[in-house]
Amino acid sequence: MNAIFYILAALTITGGLAAILLKHLIHAALAVTIAFAGLALLFLQLDAQFAGFAQILVYIGAVAILVVFAILLTRGADLPREGVFSPTWLVGLVIAAGVFAVLGWAVLRSVNAIPQQAAAPAVSVLDIGNALVGRYVLPLEIVALLLTAATIGAVIVAMHEKAGSR
Amino acid sequence: MTGFASPLTGYLIVAALIFAIGLAGALVRRNAIMVLIGIELMLNAANLNFIAFWRFGPHPEALTGMMFAIFSIAVAAAEAAVGLGLVIAIHRHTNTTDLDKINRMKG
Repeated sequence: MNAIFYILAALTITGGLAAILLKHLIHAALAVTIAFAGLALLFLQLDAQFAGFAQILVYIGAVAILVVFAILLTRGADLPREGVFSPTWLVGLVIAAGVFAVLGWAVLRSVNAIPQQAAAPAVSVLDIGNALVGRYVLPLEIVALLLTAATIGAVIVAMHEKAGSR
Repeated sequence: MTGFASPLTGYLIVAALIFAIGLAGALVRRNAIMVLIGIELMLNAANLNFIAFWRFGPHPEALTGMMFAIFSIAVAAAEAAVGLGLVIAIHRHTNTTDLDKINRMKG
């Protein structure tokens, strides 16, 4: 455990907390982008370079932009009159705190149950590419199909409807 | 600075905290887009767990956790695209993204 881990963890958690607490949706979207960047840096810190850069490309490059587009298209930039938090916010907070308590308890109790390796795994992007088109080629094709279907589906769902089709 | 018992524990605790933050965001906010952001945070916390177990687990050369995280990122991207498309479609029908006001299923 070094200082870099603590700095990255603090950055990520601060970004996530700011995202759910900030009132303006645009501010929340920027805060969640910081949280995504912190997670990508945590991936890099875990010697998972490919996953870290994929995280940067997909989340900061695509998902954050999509969220900002959705906010602007739904006029989410103006504040609602009745506040941004739901009337049952206390219940949600209690559920989230309970989930965190159970997860943290389970993690802290099972420290010695897992064998751990200290040495960094010697895995290159070439190995990942070979695995993707070798052992994992069927999941890769299924994900390609899923992404195609999701893109077409999202366009059709968000497309303007013809008059009288309702 | 009080350290954790092992590096893996630290990453798992951070992932649990991010998951809890995402869950709180999905449950507490009124806006549908904020609920989607909370779900994205939860998926990311799961990815952090996959990568941490891959890094500290017994057989990193098998790439199991890494592959699961990469496919999970791809599926989460598809989910975000469809979810935000649905939010835009709902906004066009009902003129709101407040989940408490979307209380009927008829279009």
